[in-house]
Amino acid sequence: MTGWSQALGAPAEEAPTLTGNRGLQIEEPLIFEQDSPGHCGVDLPEPPPHRGRLGALERRAPIGLPGLSEPQIVRHFTRLSQKNYAIDTGLYPLGSCTMKHNPRLNEKLARLPGFADLHPLQPETTIQGALELIDTLAHWLKTLTGMPAVALSPAAGAHGELCGMMTIRAALTARGDARRRILVPESAHGTNPATAAICGYAIDPIAANARGRVDLAALKAKLGGDVAALMLTNPNTCGLFEDEILEIAAAVHAAGAFFYCDGANFNAIVGRVRPADLGIDALHLNLHKTFSTPHGGGGPGSGPVALAAALAPFAPLPWIVHRDNRLTLVEQAAKGPEGGPAASSIGRLKGFHGQMGMFVRALGYMMSHGADGLRQVAEDAVLNANYLRVRLDRKTGGLLSQSFPGPCMHEVLFDDRFLKDTGVTTLDFAKALIDEGFHPMTMYFPLVVHGALLIEPTETESKASLDQFADTVNRLAARAGSGDAAVFQAAPRLTPRRRLDETAAARKPLLRWRREQPKREATK
Amino acid sequence: MRYLPLTPSDRQQMLAAIGVDSIDALFAEVPKAAQRGGLVDLPLAQGELEVERALSRMAAKNLAAGSAPFFIGAGAYRHHVPAAVDHLIQRGEFLTSYTPYQPELAQGTLQSLFEFQTQVALLTGMEVANASLYDGATACAEAVAMAHRITRRNKAVLSGALHPHYREVCRTYAQFSGLDIAALDPRPAEAETLDIDSDTACVVVQNPDFFGELRDWSALTARCHRAGALLVVVVTEILSLGAVTPPGEMGADIVAAEGQSLGNALNFGGPHVGLFAAREQHVRQMPGRLVGQTADADGRRGWVLTLSTREQHIRREKATSNICTNSGLCALAFTIHLALLGEAGVTRLARLNHAAACSLADRLAGLPGIRLVNKSFFNEFSLRLPVPAAEIVAALAEKGVLAGIPASRFYPDRADLANLLLVAATETVTAEDVDNYERALREALR
Repeated sequence: MTGWSQALGAPAEEAPTLTGNRGLQIEEPLIFEQDSPGHCGVDLPEPPPHRGRLGALERRAPIGLPGLSEPQIVRHFTRLSQKNYAIDTGLYPLGSCTMKHNPRLNEKLARLPGFADLHPLQPETTIQGALELIDTLAHWLKTLTGMPAVALSPAAGAHGELCGMMTIRAALTARGDARRRILVPESAHGTNPATAAICGYAIDPIAANARGRVDLAALKAKLGGDVAALMLTNPNTCGLFEDEILEIAAAVHAAGAFFYCDGANFNAIVGRVRPADLGIDALHLNLHKTFSTPHGGGGPGSGPVALAAALAPFAPLPWIVHRDNRLTLVEQAAKGPEGGPAASSIGRLKGFHGQMGMFVRALGYMMSHGADGLRQVAEDAVLNANYLRVRLDRKTGGLLSQSFPGPCMHEVLFDDRFLKDTGVTTLDFAKALIDEGFHPMTMYFPLVVHGALLIEPTETESKASLDQFADTVNRLAARAGSGDAAVFQAAPRLTPRRRLDETAAARKPLLRWRREQPKREATK
Repeated sequence: MRYLPLTPSDRQQMLAAIGVDSIDALFAEVPKAAQRGGLVDLPLAQGELEVERALSRMAAKNLAAGSAPFFIGAGAYRHHVPAAVDHLIQRGEFLTSYTPYQPELAQGTLQSLFEFQTQVALLTGMEVANASLYDGATACAEAVAMAHRITRRNKAVLSGALHPHYREVCRTYAQFSGLDIAALDPRPAEAETLDIDSDTACVVVQNPDFFGELRDWSALTARCHRAGALLVVVVTEILSLGAVTPPGEMGADIVAAEGQSLGNALNFGGPHVGLFAAREQHVRQMPGRLVGQTADADGRRGWVLTLSTREQHIRREKATSNICTNSGLCALAFTIHLALLGEAGVTRLARLNHAAACSLADRLAGLPGIRLVNKSFFNEFSLRLPVPAAEIVAALAEKGVLAGIPASRFYPDRADLANLLLVAATETVTAEDVDNYERALREALR
């Protein structure tokens, strides 16, 4: 680490280029600004003669879409892609997001015509393989969670939360037990309180203790006959295992409430710990986190929910059942006094049957790893996070300030004490990391510590990659401490765009292109 | 294990650096009672070849839509997607990036979403659109919730000709949020009496409707607005807007649509892409992410996620929706396909679909005992058969023809719908497919 300070210093001011392009960084206008009217990137035949049936609703006004050829489109989107950071291009240490490698085998499998070119409403005789895949995925997820049922239709983690909380409310209603409150720790993902509110519940926050875990005494004080459930993330968003979880579960159950677990951080324990053994009644899994289906710049995801026996009868439609030696979809709740499959279901949560494309990828991922590989995933994820912890924490030779001392699970939480009196904020620090070629960690979350920096390397980073990241973060921290705040405040300067004015964007939202675009140019 | 870069010696070195003897020490805070010594009861790791073989076997047990004369729609449509679309969305920079929370590292995703929002607004004739939701059905439920927030009224009236899955999803959400749902009976090709009272937040209708009929909702808009309610228009076949008057022109306040038809495969029902558009005055009540234009520190145009004070990660229990992950990559596929088509292509593709459906309807309605229910349609229509439609669909599936969807699949208790068959035809249907269908249907009815 010697000799680095000479290498830094004030950046040389770059002379602007004539074009605004900078080498491989090419300025790219919107497709709407590249219109060659009448042009088309797809060759289509003339429609054959036919007796039209559009009647009075035939479109008259033009749509206003631009015309471009295929080479222009390919270049446009290729150039746009080059303005993105991705797990394919570098370490992506976003805490609680589990940005791990996305195996390409799974992309190939999801595109097999037998899965991708399959309509969800084809006759059952023609989709037995698809139902078998879903049933197999369910088996893996049930085995890994130890829970007896899994609802597969939720489209993402937040949708899974909604599914889980709905089944809880339905179970309480079925036993004539209207309860009003949901307990949510302060460190929870924002989706937890938002979900509980959509289900018609009041949210009651639970404080964290000095060890970054749920304060058991505070929890017990809040438990009562009107508490429907606790929504807990475990491992929690401080990267810590809730070590009193068995006591928590017992207290929740003694109060007649359900225990919902946000499984966003399942990657830390997959194959090693079964949520059922922790007393959990409902748990969603993010297939786009633990099971590596690509995040795609924001989605799609998939959020299956594992359910305890008490909640399973309320699982959403459709159900897949084994009947007469084949698999059958139950798409309507059974009616009549005799009941039957899905008689108590909460109903349908989305169109059709779930995120099949994600199911194929996730099953491909799980089968590739196997029971042994999945356990190794959890162990390496935890090992990598702890390695970064000791490389970065000031108590073990780094320069950052860990919020809650001691070992972590799959992610490690720091706060901004190491930036005290430097004039550098967590945001500035993150932006400076961008110039060094790394995607920043999660910032300002969880809310339980000041200026949070939450780092999750995942198991798919090599030791060399972790070392490089740790060296960079420590060097930046040293630089922040050396009174070089201006460099941080000006960062990033090497990206296609420098720091963007989010306040201006929100003040007068400009959410689409218009032919007469109002000018929104900040003055230099 | 091919996806794990750490070597045994790396692991030893790292454990030593951490100062523990074994990995178990790092799991010490997991209660002993919940620790598992051995492996879970699942198969062990496999190579690419073995996994591909196993899943290919499952895939081969299905009848892929492209290997049969195929006429199924009802909210998911089989279209040809140009090869460039799938190539571009598989670029790692798009495929393996996260939600664009760090805008300086995600201008590619953000600019393409800004283009997506613009395309959706243009196609639907609305002022603004968001950066996607899960699918059309959940977009519909979000539209109802948004109408409730805007009007502070508690009832949603759902047309009987709204897709049954959309009706069911609205009902599921409503039974927990406390809204009243008035769902009308499904009556194909009949005018409905949509009662609007002082507690009605919105009326939800569809165009083309579930039975394929084209509907002009302009008069209903006026009625809704006189009564202080909003009109939500659902579109399950977004390509129809290449040939049909858009909901914005009919005065819709919110459009909730399924965008799968552009850029996305059938995928056995998911992932698809929910489209959500509204009038600008209601933008702060919209669910989901929004990309907005702004400038960077040098005054250059750029894009960011904006109005996030509506969203769960800022507003928590007061958010407009709990949605976080959406359908970003499917939205990108939509945008690339629509960009390739452009104005000329999307209108022509819509015409091709319409032509295919018109020819098919004329052929099938010419068979004895079969009646075309629709007066108008885009690429899907309803036939009244002389026998239960489910029997015909099963019989034709035996002959390798995927003939459509019997309405009884959605409404098993409605005797009046038992003989109703929904049939879709897109640009992928060939003359030979139509011949096969007609022949098989004629035989099945004999």
